[in-house]
Amino acid sequence: MTDPLLETRALSKSFGALAAARDINFRLERGARHALIGPNGAGKTTFINLLTGVFLPTQGKVLLEGRDITTMQQSARVKLGIARTFQINRLFRGLSVLDNVYMAVAERLGAGAQMMKPAGMRNDVVEEAMRLLDVLKLSDYAGHRVSELPYGRQRLVELAIALGLEPQVLLLDEPAAGVPSTESHIILDAVAALPKQIGVLIIDHDMDLVFRFAERITVLVGGAIFAEGTPKEIGADQRVRDVYLGKAHHG
Amino acid sequence: MRVIFGIDVASMVLGGLAAGMVLFIVSVGLSVTMGLMGFVNLAHGGFAMLGGYVIVLAMRNWGIGFLPALALGFVVIAGVSIAFERLLYSRLYRASELDQVLFTIGLVFMMISTVTLTIGPENQQLMLPSWLQGQLDLGILHYRTYSVFLIAVGTAIVIGLWLGFERTRMGAQIRAAVDNRRMAESLGINIDRLFMFTFAFGSGMAAIGGGLGAEFLGLNPQYPLIYLVYFLIVVSVGGLGRVTGVFFASILIGIFDFALKKYLPQGGTLFIFAMTILLLLWRPQGLFGGKAT
Amino acid sequence: MSAPAYDLGRHPAALALVNRHRLRVWEPLPWILALAFYFAFPNHLGFGTDLLVTILFALSLDLALGYAGIVTLGHAAFFGAGAYTVGMLAHHGIWNEPISGLLMGASVAALIGFASGLILLRTTGLTLLMLTLCTMALLEEAANMGEKYTGGFDGLPNLPIPPLFGLFEFNPLYPRVQYLYVLGVLFLCFIFVRTLVYSPFGRSLTGIRENVLRMHAVGAPVNWRLVTCYTISAAIAGIAGGLWAQANAYVNLSTLSLDRAATVLIILVLGGYGRLYGAFIGAVVYMALSHFLAQVYPTAWQLGLGLMLVLIALFARNGVIGLWDMLRNRLMAKGATMRATKSGPS
Repeated sequence: MTDPLLETRALSKSFGALAAARDINFRLERGARHALIGPNGAGKTTFINLLTGVFLPTQGKVLLEGRDITTMQQSARVKLGIARTFQINRLFRGLSVLDNVYMAVAERLGAGAQMMKPAGMRNDVVEEAMRLLDVLKLSDYAGHRVSELPYGRQRLVELAIALGLEPQVLLLDEPAAGVPSTESHIILDAVAALPKQIGVLIIDHDMDLVFRFAERITVLVGGAIFAEGTPKEIGADQRVRDVYLGKAHHG
Repeated sequence: MRVIFGIDVASMVLGGLAAGMVLFIVSVGLSVTMGLMGFVNLAHGGFAMLGGYVIVLAMRNWGIGFLPALALGFVVIAGVSIAFERLLYSRLYRASELDQVLFTIGLVFMMISTVTLTIGPENQQLMLPSWLQGQLDLGILHYRTYSVFLIAVGTAIVIGLWLGFERTRMGAQIRAAVDNRRMAESLGINIDRLFMFTFAFGSGMAAIGGGLGAEFLGLNPQYPLIYLVYFLIVVSVGGLGRVTGVFFASILIGIFDFALKKYLPQGGTLFIFAMTILLLLWRPQGLFGGKAT
Repeated sequence: MSAPAYDLGRHPAALALVNRHRLRVWEPLPWILALAFYFAFPNHLGFGTDLLVTILFALSLDLALGYAGIVTLGHAAFFGAGAYTVGMLAHHGIWNEPISGLLMGASVAALIGFASGLILLRTTGLTLLMLTLCTMALLEEAANMGEKYTGGFDGLPNLPIPPLFGLFEFNPLYPRVQYLYVLGVLFLCFIFVRTLVYSPFGRSLTGIRENVLRMHAVGAPVNWRLVTCYTISAAIAGIAGGLWAQANAYVNLSTLSLDRAATVLIILVLGGYGRLYGAFIGAVVYMALSHFLAQVYPTAWQLGLGLMLVLIALFARNGVIGLWDMLRNRLMAKGATMRATKSGPS
């Protein structure tokens, strides 16, 4: 059997007495459309932070294509193809949309350390950034300052930056969070149109989005995997329904 | 036991303690306000200087006693600083560090020049009352009365502040707000009012420290710049928002500085700077700070 | 890339990015003015030299503070390191050729910048402020102490600086050579800094300043970028300090003082940081004011300066250039609406 794209083995993380991740065994396959759901405080964002190297786990391992990356630095993981978006926008708010995406593409192409050539002369970087904006239908806003965009479009810039890193693994932390319902279709369309070969893990509360998008769903409760299966299986699981209706487990 | 390897331990400890107490009285307010608001207030020494002037001039011109003058200095500077806080500081709580640095440097310049213009650039002499002059017989040794007085006053203030911090409702609120401001706000603590109070109180304390220290630190318009580095060192070594931390840091630096100046006049200050750098690299939150800043 | 080339020309934002580094029409102006000053005020070249050195020093700070967002209170550490390197080498008869001396000054400053940056740039906020301040205070104290080598409190007077290229004599009373020499060095350094800030490296510094967490998340080695930037900034500050020592033919503790560090910070903020020309405008405004006011009314000057800082912090966060930008934006917005009402939607 080949190694999965991304795998965790018995991954645990505690903050003092609080166990935010408990013994998580998780697999993300190549080209997967996988969703991670769970009530508030279930440890979903912590899990993403463990995958991307923001936190180091207390125990367990993270493997990318069978390679142990548990203690690898954040920037090194990005170079290996793990990209993410943030639940709350983390953009260069004072810079233009194009500049935002430029920054990501430049780092991926190794242009970021180049000192003696003007940024605009790296046509490869500019061209690719523009192509990405075209794909996400953002090119009309390329010259706008990010802070001037409506929130929905800002979420798209988050996505554009992540795609600019040409990831193998894309972790989307509530991509539609905070977007007014009139704009949310922009995000849903963009997520649906993501390149097939990327393994995508999406975290969301929005069940419409999750069930429309995911081929596989993992339910996280209290920092541990509670259930996993196809959308049909999860949708039919009485225990999962209970969790979401607040009958079972709290925290 | 007093003399070990030719070093007069007792006088070193007493002298250092006295200097450390003054350092503590001036710096404690700075530590709490920085811890509460994360406000980089480089003008704190300015309030100490202004307080020193109020105290020295009130004694000289109106002939009031040393202790009433200290109280007057506290009240005047606390009042002045409330005006500063409401009118100016409060506008910059959310501003960048750089803006806070510039603003407070500007304030220091204005304080220095105003004092120079109205009073003059020369050093002001503090006239100690006769009961604080001379030597005091401590049984095992004789020591300067004023130093003993400083140690006693400092100890009383430390105990008072500690009790206030640990035992009163307001002290608990301040501690909560230093640890986690957002949490404290969500619990309904009025941070703005809390800050105004601690700011005024801290500035008032600085004023007292400016008066108490005038005898050996001097008192002239350049005071806030000369001692800025010391106040900041004490606060960052002690930890932001930590009364006891600032106390131990002050005593430590007071004794070190006193001893080094006496036995290693070449390079004493160098040693303190180097120690501070090493310490902050080891523990960026300071010796006694609870959280990284 | 195997994909066909993208037609960048058809998109204004892309075109703007491609052309961003191009020289603007007015950019030769400062240099023309600097040369004009040389001919117009032959009796004020001492002041002029001082001004040019200050511009270079402010420019070095702009790289660290304006572009990378490193808030430092101790930049004079590098100015002083450069000045003392040049001064001590010349005073003790080890080396006094101006240009190579300058390079040595830059190297020593860069070394100190690199070593200190490596550890202290991991911190932020008050701790960083303290560490930069303490590093500078440490150097100042060391210079004060090492009397045998540094001249202690009095510094090293009457440095023997040989003629530039063996031809042009540095004359302390009529500093024509100094002026042109400093102008030349400033020009070269400026070209370098300008290239740097428009490069992808420079962009990434801006990214770090704007949102450091995001820079980590796009895989940038943030700490290395900061250390590199800090080292370069230190080297340029070292060159400025070296020039100061050569032009004045002495060094003293003022090169390492908090006063100098605060002044350069004020100058940069006054002009506007993160904008390359803020250093020029700030230095000219500050030096001109202080030249005329500080000598006649030193205390009033300090009062005015303090007031100005307070006002800048409260109201004009981007200095003179920021005010100008704001004014221009308002005028342009006004113009645009007027055009729009006249000609209808375009």
